Amino acid sequence: MNIQLQNLTMAFNNNPPTLKGINTTIKDGQLASLLGPSGCGKSTTLMLLAGLYKPTEGKILFGDKDVTNKEAEHRGIGMVFQNYALYPHLSVLKNIMFPLKMKKVPKAEAIERATKMAKLTQIDHLLDRKPGQLSGGQQQRVAIARALVKEPELLLLDEPLSNLDARLRLEMREEIRRIQLEVGITTIFVTHDQEEALSISDKVILMNDGEIIQEASPLDIYKTPNSIFSATFIGSPPINMIKDGDKILGIRPENLKPTAEANSKFSGTVTYRETIGRDTLIKVKCGENTLNALLETGDIVNFGDTVHLTAEKENIYNFDASTGRRV
Amino acid sequence: MSDQTTLGQGPLSKTTLYILLSLGSILMLLPFLWMIISSFMTNHELLSINPRVFWPSTFQWNNYYRAMQVAPFGRYFFNSFVVAILGTIGELITTILAAYAFSRMKFWGRDILFAILLATMMVPNEILIIPNFITIANLGWVDRFEALIVPWLASVFSIFLLRQFFLGIPIQLSYAAKVDGCSDFKFLWYVMVPLAKPALITITLLTTISSWNAFLWPLIVTNITEMRTVPVGLAMFRGEAGSQYDLLMAATVLAVLPMFVLYLIMQKYIVAAASRSGLKG
Ligand SMILES: Nc1ncnc2c1ncn2[C@@H]1O[C@H](COP(=O)(O)OP(=O)(O)OP(=O)(O)O)[C@@H](O)[C@H]1O
Ligand SMILES: [Mg+2]
Repeated sequence: MNIQLQNLTMAFNNNPPTLKGINTTIKDGQLASLLGPSGCGKSTTLMLLAGLYKPTEGKILFGDKDVTNKEAEHRGIGMVFQNYALYPHLSVLKNIMFPLKMKKVPKAEAIERATKMAKLTQIDHLLDRKPGQLSGGQQQRVAIARALVKEPELLLLDEPLSNLDARLRLEMREEIRRIQLEVGITTIFVTHDQEEALSISDKVILMNDGEIIQEASPLDIYKTPNSIFSATFIGSPPINMIKDGDKILGIRPENLKPTAEANSKFSGTVTYRETIGRDTLIKVKCGENTLNALLETGDIVNFGDTVHLTAEKENIYNFDASTGRRV
Repeated sequence: MSDQTTLGQGPLSKTTLYILLSLGSILMLLPFLWMIISSFMTNHELLSINPRVFWPSTFQWNNYYRAMQVAPFGRYFFNSFVVAILGTIGELITTILAAYAFSRMKFWGRDILFAILLATMMVPNEILIIPNFITIANLGWVDRFEALIVPWLASVFSIFLLRQFFLGIPIQLSYAAKVDGCSDFKFLWYVMVPLAKPALITITLLTTISSWNAFLWPLIVTNITEMRTVPVGLAMFRGEAGSQYDLLMAATVLAVLPMFVLYLIMQKYIVAAASRSGLKG
């Protein structure tokens, strides 16, 4: 089922709009992530999709059906909330069965389907526990199982990994992708972590201040940012931005390479050196700019050395300094 | 033992504490004990001053039987049970619905309405008795169960208590429930009510006890013997039976008994509810 947002606008009370006319389409079976800084309107978009908020303007289409005015309880979506929102008084099994109970699915069938989902999310050994007796990662899986059990056509995930430790995050994000592909369900995944968005999605929708800045596949959004915002928001360590007349040059740290020949623009002394896993990050002071460069294993550079850095022409992005757009 | 650090440190202060607590509970229990013991005495033993008798020579179980005979206590108990049970169930229903509306539903004038409701708590009950009686009389409800039950079917205090509890339940749960296909009513019934069990138990206890003990209102709206509740019946009995203190004590013990049993049953739930709410999640 394709999901379409048309000119979706949302203003709370009489405040200036939080969402300023969002247009996008998410294809059937895809996982799209909504990425953006805190307060840019990601959760609001999700709440509108769920039907928990009503838009001030614009339309939401599920397939070719306009669902803009449909109540949340009739939209048949599955949603995982940022804090999981499990029912504290119900056991894991009953939590997962809850949406089926509301649909009046016969009890035996409901138990069977809930148990199947619990197996898929690998929590079938915890069925009798209450949510309060589970770890964060386990609670999250219960939330996912509960969202999936009624076989919704759309799954909404609001920063589902933000409460987990680094290791569990990696594990769970693979898990979510695995389940999503296995069930083949259209999914929208909200996050403010660019790395998470790049690693999990078919499409990244980058938002800022209530607007979509760029939407593209993870590779494209990384390789061909359309604006300064897009270039700086994505990538770690962050992209180098070098002022050059009325233009700004953007060069990703891994595209800056040490070279033997002296280059007037990118020469300077190494002021910082750090080894991150197998890579080495150096900071080079070139005039008023301090550039980040990621070195390959072969390159040996020490603190205080003078280095010359260069980049291939196609890896230098030009931005208009006044509009911030790519030129 | 870390949880005891705020209480007395060292054995001496702990002993003092226990002694004080024991003295306190004895002081509280003494009148009850005296009531129970005297209900088994003969009237003569009860009234003897010299020598003062503190224990019945033989237990007069008969007092209870006789008390039930001299006044229609059976009927009084029946009335009291009907009033307490129907009144409590009714109040729970109105409280749950109103508390939900005032905490979770959006409608015009909600907060003003709630403020007005709260303001009525400032009005002393005694002021309302006469207008209420006139209303009841006009409805033709004097000497009927309606008069004893209907005026107490809604309690602002209970609504306030439950509303505060409901407000403490995260809004995300109602979003989750909506997404899971719940209407407002189903969400209330399947999620809010079970979560609010501790508050509902408190309300049940307070309502039942105040209904059981109510005196002034039942006295005013009932004239015929058959409609008296236990407290009214007891008071009348004291007037009618004059100096039969042995029977009076036996009847009083019977009157207190149901609330005592209720407390024993509920106590288990109160403890369970308190320990459950201590869990995370
Ligand atoms: N119920 C509401 N009433 C009024 N303003 C709101 C409401 N919900 C969100 N907002 C405002 O809308 C803006 C976007 O909020 P939203 O929760 O969508 O951000 P977000 O992108 O999800 O941020 P985060 O990453 O911090 O969760 C914020 O400025 C917020 O203050
Ligand atoms: Mg958010």
